[in-house]
Amino acid sequence: MGEAPRADAPFGLLAELTHRCPLRCGYCSNPVDLVGRGDELDTARWRQVFDQARALGVLQVHLSGGEPLARKDLPELVDHAAGLGCYVNLVTSGLGLTPDRLADLRGVDHVQLSVQDAHEASANRIAGVRAFEHKLRAAEAIRGAGLPLTVNVVLHRLNLDHVGDIVALAERMGADRLELANTQYYGWALRNRAALLPTREQLARAGEVVAAAQARSAMEIVYVIADYHEAHPKPCMHGWGARQLTVAPNGDVLPCPAAGVIDGLGVENVRDRPLADIWHTSPAFTAFRGFDWMRDPCRSCARRELDFGGCRCQAFQLTGDAAATDPVCTLSPHHGLVEAILAGGPADVEHRAVVR
Amino acid sequence: MTGPRVTALSAVPRLRRGVKTTYDETRASHVVLFPEGVLVLNETAAAVVGLCDGLRSVEGIALRLAEQFEGVEPDDVAELVERLVARRVVDVDG
Repeated sequence: MGEAPRADAPFGLLAELTHRCPLRCGYCSNPVDLVGRGDELDTARWRQVFDQARALGVLQVHLSGGEPLARKDLPELVDHAAGLGCYVNLVTSGLGLTPDRLADLRGVDHVQLSVQDAHEASANRIAGVRAFEHKLRAAEAIRGAGLPLTVNVVLHRLNLDHVGDIVALAERMGADRLELANTQYYGWALRNRAALLPTREQLARAGEVVAAAQARSAMEIVYVIADYHEAHPKPCMHGWGARQLTVAPNGDVLPCPAAGVIDGLGVENVRDRPLADIWHTSPAFTAFRGFDWMRDPCRSCARRELDFGGCRCQAFQLTGDAAATDPVCTLSPHHGLVEAILAGGPADVEHRAVVR
Repeated sequence: MTGPRVTALSAVPRLRRGVKTTYDETRASHVVLFPEGVLVLNETAAAVVGLCDGLRSVEGIALRLAEQFEGVEPDDVAELVERLVARRVVDVDG
């Protein structure tokens, strides 16, 4: 074994401060084995993570979860990341995001607010709690503070037909950006896949509505495709261990939020080793970095520079082999697995568990 | 090639709300930080971005840069501003 080549520095850190969350969305991408409060990194350790991330080259810190507002030390963590010169993005459900709370978060540069649907009853049903009204007030507070706002909506069978009304709601909320992301099947969303998978007809109709809105609206509208229905896989994370890293609430350092599902990945923890060492040399990061790990059909495929073989977590989840071509790809020998899933019928949603 | 250029020499560019600029020691470059991305700038681009203050026109920026760099053409500045507009880093008035 030769020495692994040093990777380029990452641009972004997804800091999953906690898995605690007031919402119970069935599409949640958090792992099914949620980290409890007792195993969360403390304030001093998170500050150290931000110091190490900035020294490594991280310029954007996404404060996420779970619900980051569940951390009482959030103002201190925001100040610390902002003080290092990082762009601080708060990713929130909006529950508890009052004008007073926002006033303590002056270092935040941008807020991403999740919305479940355009209509109150449906939105609350998807969230598993009465959240809709709180989100309208949170959006007001964000705009009142003069902060740029992105509204994030995860799309699936239960809300995809309302995408036109969702665009209108985001405009009423005063969003600068709207991110319409079809569900990616990890964590709780994978467990609820049968309930969440849209039909091809739903996707076709929504695609037309989104394209028309993109042409008309002053908001920037980002549309993330439904990869199970595509011919080629998504360029997951723009390549493994290439641009961003995730630190889970317990300090596990991951190439993406879902990577903990891959057996034997050799995940390391910030309590044990410096972040830069983990980024450059940890087996979890070197395993699928670059192109050497690929087998055919990816190895000899011209598209490998475009999609990097797709998603390693998805390959593992569907085939049991994280080095396989993402089965979403029609060139994958396992593509029949995806076709069989799409041919299956719908089911009921199971809300994500409550963690304390 | 991108589409036809629409940024006029009289257009006045400014950084959009929520966009920050800083110097990154790790990459020894000026960078633009915005909601979903980072742009690593070369020296000329950094100088242009630094002058997108909502007061100077594209032509004014080119004149100012010509004091610092040789061979600055207003059309080159307009093209760069156009790219920054496409990335939603910069807005233009006029």
